[in-house]
Formats: sequence, C-alpha cells, structure tokens
Amino acid sequence: MKILVCISKSPDTTSKIAFTDGNSKFDENGVQYIVNPYDEWYALVRALELKEANGGTVSIINVGTTQDDAIIRKALAIGADDAVRIDANPTDAYYVSMQIAAYAKANSYDLVLTGKETINYNGSQVGGMISEAMDVPFLSLASKLEINGTTASLETEIVGGLQLVEVELPIVVSCAKGMAEQRIPNMRGIMAARTKPLNVVAPIEVEMLTSYESYTLPEAKSACRMIDPENMDELVELLHQEAKVI
Amino acid sequence: MSTLVYINSRDGIAKSATEAITYAKKLGEEVIAITTGGADDATLASLGEFGASKVLVERSVSNDDAQQLTKVIATAAASTGASTIVFSHDLIAKSVAPRLSVRLKAGLISGAIEIPQGDTVKVNVFSGKAFGAVKIASEQKIISVLPNSLQPEANGSVCTVEEFNGNAGEAKIKLIETKIPDGEIPLPEAELVVSAGRGLKGPENWGMVEGLAKTLGAATACSRPVADIGWRPHHEHVGQTGVAIRPNLYIAAGISGAIQHLAGVNGSKVIVVINTDSEAPFFKAADYGVLGDAFEVLPRLNEAIKKFKASN
Ligand SMILES: Cc1cc2nc3c(=O)[nH]c(=O)nc-3n(C[C@H](O)[C@H](O)[C@H](O)COP(=O)(O)OP(=O)(O)OC[C@H]3O[C@@H](n4cnc5c(N)ncnc54)[C@H](O)[C@@H]3O)c2cc1C
Repeated sequence: MKILVCISKSPDTTSKIAFTDGNSKFDENGVQYIVNPYDEWYALVRALELKEANGGTVSIINVGTTQDDAIIRKALAIGADDAVRIDANPTDAYYVSMQIAAYAKANSYDLVLTGKETINYNGSQVGGMISEAMDVPFLSLASKLEINGTTASLETEIVGGLQLVEVELPIVVSCAKGMAEQRIPNMRGIMAARTKPLNVVAPIEVEMLTSYESYTLPEAKSACRMIDPENMDELVELLHQEAKVI
Repeated sequence: MSTLVYINSRDGIAKSATEAITYAKKLGEEVIAITTGGADDATLASLGEFGASKVLVERSVSNDDAQQLTKVIATAAASTGASTIVFSHDLIAKSVAPRLSVRLKAGLISGAIEIPQGDTVKVNVFSGKAFGAVKIASEQKIISVLPNSLQPEANGSVCTVEEFNGNAGEAKIKLIETKIPDGEIPLPEAELVVSAGRGLKGPENWGMVEGLAKTLGAATACSRPVADIGWRPHHEHVGQTGVAIRPNLYIAAGISGAIQHLAGVNGSKVIVVINTDSEAPFFKAADYGVLGDAFEVLPRLNEAIKKFKASN
C-alpha cells in the first residue's frame, strides 16, 4: 500500500501573531515554524503505524519553498520513507490541493492523509478538495482508521456524534484526535532523515480562487471584573443584567 | 441570480441552519434552500420565515456521503442559477464545501463571521488569534458561516417545498453504525458552555461541572490534558488543537488559560474564570473572575442559577 501524507508548515503555537506591510502580511519576525500538529501527530503517525502493521510505503508531500525543507526533514525523522516538495508558494487551499491531487493521481497512491485543518488558516479545505480532484471518497475528521486488504474502516465525527463506515481504497482522509499519539523523533531517525530522498518537483499551472487581503487583531479585553467567591448571586445578576447572556 | 443554501435536515432544522438562511438573505438576492434528510414538508416550509423563497428537497439521499451531496448541490446550483452557495460551517460543510469548490471552480471561504464588506469576508485565522479579510476571485462563490456568528431573523412567512432530483449517483461509503449520545448539546453550536481543566483533579469530580451545565442548559468542554489523560471524551477538548468555539458564555473552572487553550475560546462573547491562582493567565482574557476553589464555587454558582431560574 502506498500512503501519501500531506504536511503544512505552521507557526509554533506560542508564536506572537502580528502583521506587516499595512496589515497585509503575517510578520515572520522571530517566528519558529513547526509541522502543523494535526498533520504530524495524527496523519503521519497513523500512516507509520499502518505501514508497520501491513507493509507498504509512507511518503510526505508539501507544497512550499526551500523554507519548508526543515519541517519536511522533521517529518522524515519521525519515520516517513521519502518526501516530495512541489516547489511553489502555497497561495491558497485550491492551488495547494490541485498540486497534491495531480501528484497523487500520477503516482497511484491508495491512501492520502491530511490533518483536520492547519492551525494558521483553519480552513479544513485541502483534504476535501484533493478528493474531488481525484474523484475518490473523502472521510473528514476521522478518529480511527484501519485497513484490511483494499477496504478501509473508519470512525469519523458527524454532527452530534460519531459514525463507523467502510469504504474501498483509494480514499482521502482528514485526521483528527484519537487517530494516534505524537511520536518524538530519536537520534537515529534524525540522522537517517538527512539522507532520505527529498524530491523537488515543478508545480502545475493552477489559478488562485481566493486571497487574503488584510488582517486585524482582536481588540484588547477590558480589565476583568473580580467577584467575591462567596457571592455567586452577584455573578448571576451581572451575567443577566450587564452581560445579558442568561 | 440567487443564493442557494444547503441545509441538512436529518435531525430537523438546527439553529445554525436558520443562521445560514438569515446570512444568505442579507446578501440581497433571492434565497433558495436545498436540503437532504428526513424533515417533513411543514418543518421545511418554516425556513421561509428566515427568508427562503423556496425549499428544494432531495429525499433519495439519506446519509452524509460527501460525494453524493456535492453532486446534489451542484445540480441545484445549476438549475437555480446560484451566484453564491451558503453553508453552515459544520461537519458536513467541512467535507462537502471543499469538494463543491473544486467541482464548480468556485472560491470557498470557510468559517465566515460577518456578511461581506465590499468584496471581502471576515474569517478567524491563527486559531482565533486574529481575523483575515478574504476575497474570492471567481464569479461563483461559496461561503460557510461559522455557527453563532449572527442571530437568526424570522420576519417572513412559510414558503413552498418542492421535491428535487439531484442526480446523486451511488453512495460509495457504507454506513455501519452511528453513535449519537442523546440529550447532549453539540459543543460547536452551544450558546452556553461550562468547561473545566486539570484543576478539578480527577474525572470523579465532573459531577459539579455537569450539574451546572444541566441547570444552565449548557454544553460541557475541557482542556487538552484532561482529554489526553482520558478524564473526558476527546470531542470536549477545546483550544487550538481541539474544537474552536464562540458561545455567548464560556465558564472555565480550574483551567490556567494557556495560549493554546485561549486560541479556541477567545471568540466567546463573555468569559467567566474560576481559579485559585490570582496569577493564572486566564484572568487576563476574562470578563468576570472568581478567585476561589472550583470545588466550592461551582456548586454555589449552580445554586445561585437555580434560584435565579426559579424567580424569572
Ligand atoms: C502544540 C500544542 C497545542 C496545544 N493545544 C491545546 C488545546 O487545544 N487546548 C488546550 O486546552 N491546551 C492545549 N495545549 C496545552 C496547553 O499548553 C496547556 O498545557 C493546557 O491548556 C493546560 O490545561 P489546564 O489548564 O487544564 O491545566 P493546568 O495548566 O495544569 O492548569 C490547572 C489550573 O487549575 C487551577 N486550579 C487548581 N486547583 C484548583 C481549584 N481547586 N479550583 C480552581 N482552580 C484550580 C490552577 O491554578 C491552574 O491554573 C497545547 C499545547 C501545545 C504545546
């Protein structure tokens, strides 16, 4: 079985979020990049577990510039066999998805895994877009994934609960919590990652459908009003009269 | 020109569905709803009150197969000449809207929190730490609206309901079982949320949290470590790597307020923090703070709310 894991880079979760160029660009000053946590903790680790159980290969794909090579090497250190980087600026979800779908189709992957969303743009778009371009089923927000021959069994989140489903490969799956546990790369993995293949491929021509024009930061909260812990009637009164939420 | 709104009516009409119709109405064109699911005609006709002029219902699709739903919505968009397609940004929209975007080559904005201003739409980015203004380049547009971003407005009257054949094709996903706990309020849609963290010391102490939630009619949530150690189910985990929510009221007990936790909850309109540590960072993000022991404050707050409910 050939598994393709899509990884995106995202700012470390403690990064200060600020913007430059008249609030039109994310300020990268001092920002550390990591593998998007959902891609790393759930999609990649589950792919490795499936390989360990059933054999096959796990490849990483990223749409990005040389700036992304560090996070690709990190993913290789955790255990993927090889990686491909589509050499382009990941301008919008549609652009990224069309690049990945074209590559996945041309190389006959059985299973394409993404994280449930990125922690910077939170769009939850890429997995669904890839699946439509490949004309295969898409299982979103999966918390369990087992493969038996050419059949996948999954548990996915639905409105108000969970569902268990079965589907024939090839499929695209977006991975959420419950799929796997984070793995910390060891020294051997880090050494091996240096020499694993990272193929750089030219992008195909795709137009952009959306663009971020500007950004704003939320207004600072006014000071918190402290309430006497003995006097919860006062809190209820404030929530009713002042905040009008109950 | 019209605006098409997809509504899932498997479990009746959710509040978020009426929000999506209200949002569509504000775009200024005729609003037509397309639905799959089990709701009866009378229930569907009530969508007219929120601004729909007509509801199309495709009864041959009973599950949430994203490929089938995409085909049905694309067929409806073509037959109604829709310039914009609106979803509520729920789990169905997360699997269907991106597919539809590719099928129609229509730009998609996920999680809109306001109606369009000029040619851009405001969304949350960086897990709620900032906002972005997104522009769609294509003629046809798709917008999914984050639940609780606007109030439903019912000032119309019931509308007609028509059967619709959306050429759904066959389902490729075989449904084995659904597990829907009864009586629980789904977290992403909840207007009131009671949440607790490691400060509660163990799963056996969650009775206080559930009791308060029950009195309020609130959903329950938790911090990440609490879900990781298995005190609470994963779907209750809120924050940057969990569910992002924006209820009217978020009550947090025994949660320190780490930056990753705040990312998922700082869209809440009002935040109440209960913590024994005056230095807990959560107080900086709170509207009301209670410096005290959750084991005493939660039951006391529950009693105060019961008293308030009894006299109102
Ligand atoms: C990449 C990454 C992603 C993450 N994503 C998330 C996320 O999505 N969501 C999330 O929640 N966390 C996330 N975290 C973890 C986050 O950094 C914090 O560790 C976590 O939120 C802390 O949980 P807590 O507040 O329950 O526990 P603690 O930090 O241990 O805080 C417990 C609090 O309870 C208070 N307390 C103790 N006893 C009482 C009492 N009797 N009454 C009242 N208060 C009491 C203490 O003063 C303290 O403030 C993430 C971390 C990383 C690195």
